[in-house]
Parts: sequence; C-alpha cells; structure tokens
Amino acid sequence: MRHALKRPPGVNAELLVQDAARLLPDASRRRFLRQVASLGALATLTGCDITDAPSAEKALRKISEFNDWVQARLFNPNRLATTYPDSAVTRPFPFNAYYPEAEAPDVDEERYRLILDGRIANKQPWTLPQLAELPQETQITRLVCVEGWSAIGKWTGIPLRSFLERVGADLTAKYVHFVCAEGYSSSIDMPTALHPQTQMTLAFDGQTLPTRFGFPMRIRIPTKLGFKNPKHVIGMTVLNNYTGGYWEDQGYNWFSGL
Amino acid sequence: MSTSTQRTPSQDLGLIHPLYVRITHWVNAIAIFIMVASGWQIYNASPLLAFAFPPSLTLGGWLAGGLLWHFAGMWLFVGNGLLYLVLGLKRGHFRRKFLPIRATDVVADLGAAVTGRLSHADLSVYNAVQKLFYLGVLIAGVVIVASGLALWKPVQFKELAALLGGYESARLVHFFAMASIVLFLVIHVAMAVLVPRSLRAMICGR
Repeated sequence: MRHALKRPPGVNAELLVQDAARLLPDASRRRFLRQVASLGALATLTGCDITDAPSAEKALRKISEFNDWVQARLFNPNRLATTYPDSAVTRPFPFNAYYPEAEAPDVDEERYRLILDGRIANKQPWTLPQLAELPQETQITRLVCVEGWSAIGKWTGIPLRSFLERVGADLTAKYVHFVCAEGYSSSIDMPTALHPQTQMTLAFDGQTLPTRFGFPMRIRIPTKLGFKNPKHVIGMTVLNNYTGGYWEDQGYNWFSGL
Repeated sequence: MSTSTQRTPSQDLGLIHPLYVRITHWVNAIAIFIMVASGWQIYNASPLLAFAFPPSLTLGGWLAGGLLWHFAGMWLFVGNGLLYLVLGLKRGHFRRKFLPIRATDVVADLGAAVTGRLSHADLSVYNAVQKLFYLGVLIAGVVIVASGLALWKPVQFKELAALLGGYESARLVHFFAMASIVLFLVIHVAMAVLVPRSLRAMICGR
C-alpha cells in the first residue's frame, strides 16, 4: 500500500505527538473520531456496519488515495496556471505556516547547502551563490491555500525542471521529496516537478526571498495547494518510493493539485 | 399528444414516486448531509464572510477531516445526482413533474400556501410553488457542482473558474449555492412534517 504510514527515520515520535497536540489544541482530533463514530452509529441503523472510527478513517484515506489517482490523470503537464499583471499582486502578501511568524527558521546564508539525494547523477551540494547564478524566471500566479483563501504573488527562481536536468536526475522516477530547515517536508509527483511553472524560488516580489516566505529557497508550484510549496528547502530527493509529508501524513490529500 | 394523457408505468402501479426517485432521494439526503457538514468545517478554516459555523454542526473534527469527508462525499453526491438526472430526463420525469411553471400559477399557489388553503390531496401532482422549488434546487445542485469543480481544479478547469468570475468569485458562488440548498432543505423538511403522507410516499412509493 503506497500510503502506509511509515515514520521517516530520525523522527522523534514524542516530539511529533507534541507537535500534533499543539496543532490541535481543542482536542478536535478526538472529536473527529467521535463524529465518525456517531455517523457510524447512524449507518448501523440503516444496516451498514462501519461503527468503529479507525476503520471509517481508513476508508476515507482510501478514497483520498483514489482521489490522488484521479487527480494525476486530470493533471495536464502542459496546462499553465493563469498569470496576472504586476498590479494584481496581493500586497501585503499573507504569511501562513504551522508555526507563528516569529518562529520561522533563520537559515545562515553562508552555511546553507542544498543537499541532493536519491536518483540524481551529480549529488554535489549547492551553495546559495551557485543557485543564484542559474537562469531564472519570474511568475505572477495565484497561491491557493488548503484553508480556502488565495493570494496573488510574484515569485522569481530557477525552473525546477531545468535544475533536475542539470544535476542529472532520473526524470522517469515517480517522486521528488523536499526537506526543510524547520523539519517540514512534502513530496510531489514527477509530472508536476517537470511542469514549466514549478520553480525553485529565490526572490519574492522583486526582493530576496524574506524569512517569512522561506529564505533562502522555497518550491513554488502554482498547480498545487500552498502546503505543497515547501519553504526553507535544504534537501531534495528523487525517488520511486512514496514518502508523504508533514501535513499529508496527518490526513491532507497528497496530490492536492489545482 | 398531450402529456397529461400519457400513462407511465409508475402511475399504473399507483406509485407517487418510482423506486429510482426514492432511492436517489435518500442517497442524496445522506450525501447533502456529508457535503454541507464537511463544507462548514472547511469554511471555518478561513471564513469567507463575517461569521463561522458552530463546530458542533460540522463534520470531520478539523480541516483535514472535513476535507477527507468532502472529497469522499463528492463522489456520492455527483454519482447519485447524475443517475437521478439521466433517469429523470430519459423517463420524462422532469418534464412531466416540473413543467410547465406559469407565473400566475406560482402567485396563486403561493397565496393559497400562506393562507393554508393549498391542496395536497394528490401527492403525485406538484403545485406551481413546488415545481419552482424543486427545479430551483436542481439548478442549485448543478451550480454547486460546477463551482466545486472550479475550486477543486482552478488550473485544470480554468475556463470554468473564469466563467464563474475567477477563483475567489467561485468561492462565493459555491457558498451561496450551499445557502440556497440549505434554505430549500429547511422549507422542504418543514413541509414534509406538515404533510406526513408525503414522507411515507417518499419511502414506500405511495
């Protein structure tokens, strides 16, 4: 089963639980399960038997996996997200993360290295000046958050496709996994990684990418929800195994394509 | 050939609602419950208007749970809805039951309804207000699916999103389509309670 929850190595289970508890201060997780149970009770009245919450959640996750499959088929690799004029940019652009703005990680520019791993021919780590020398593109696109709101931003950076080609990545591999300085992670499908608008972003609205938006580098994907646009990226792995991600492991749909 | 002289198999059996209408009606009831309650959960993550729904009325417990329910429920809602539409069109159900709607009849029946003089003697025939309501909620159903698709896939279905005025505008359309369906539901359930025979007819068919 592709989506079996495998704990990535080096993850402290206790810290992870603490993280989750902080995210859900009102015990809403438990409420989720209780509600599933009450819906299950309702289902029993109608003759179905899905009374226990874990099996209902399992069923919902199965459907979410089916939705991954559907979305991968709906995804057109040549279809571009709408681009906007500079005047349409949302200013100020909202900050959103699973931590408060003050806790955004300070990445040391001098010591920063982008670590490459997996099915990549040239795994030489990249410094920020090296990345800055690569040809860059600017896009003004809409970021759509999983919460429902959206905002238009102006991102400048290296097309991920050209970077993957440059380092000799296996472009037939299934996934690209990203690891972030603060411990966040996410993974995407290869067709999306190769989409012309998928970008390794180094600048926002004409300025060096600020800390709150993911200094020194974030992945900008206008064909995916905001949480699939990881900030402060320090590691990139090309692989054939499903690795999930920070929010995906907690129940957000993995593909989350727009 | 006048439609009123046409006899359908269900009428021959003395049925008010044929079996496929009853089944899709109750499956739809479950689907609507899932979609609205999980939709309210998603709405609360970033309220579009200056209010939030009481958490006790939402499904899923938190955003991810609400999203899991919503994107599972959509298959039930759309699949069941398509079945109802296809069968309804094929069997002339909509034409026979919902049309024609005349403005004068609506005014007359609405007047009769508020003064409590509306006849429910024959449940197989809808009055003009009912026709307007059922056709209206059918259209709201189509609009909520279209706007839902635009929100789910604003890039892959960007023409649809543009047709609805863009992503943010599609959010509003989706919200107000939900509001009209919920308003319909309140009146619909109240009417069923006032005329309990109608509830029996939707379960047993007669």
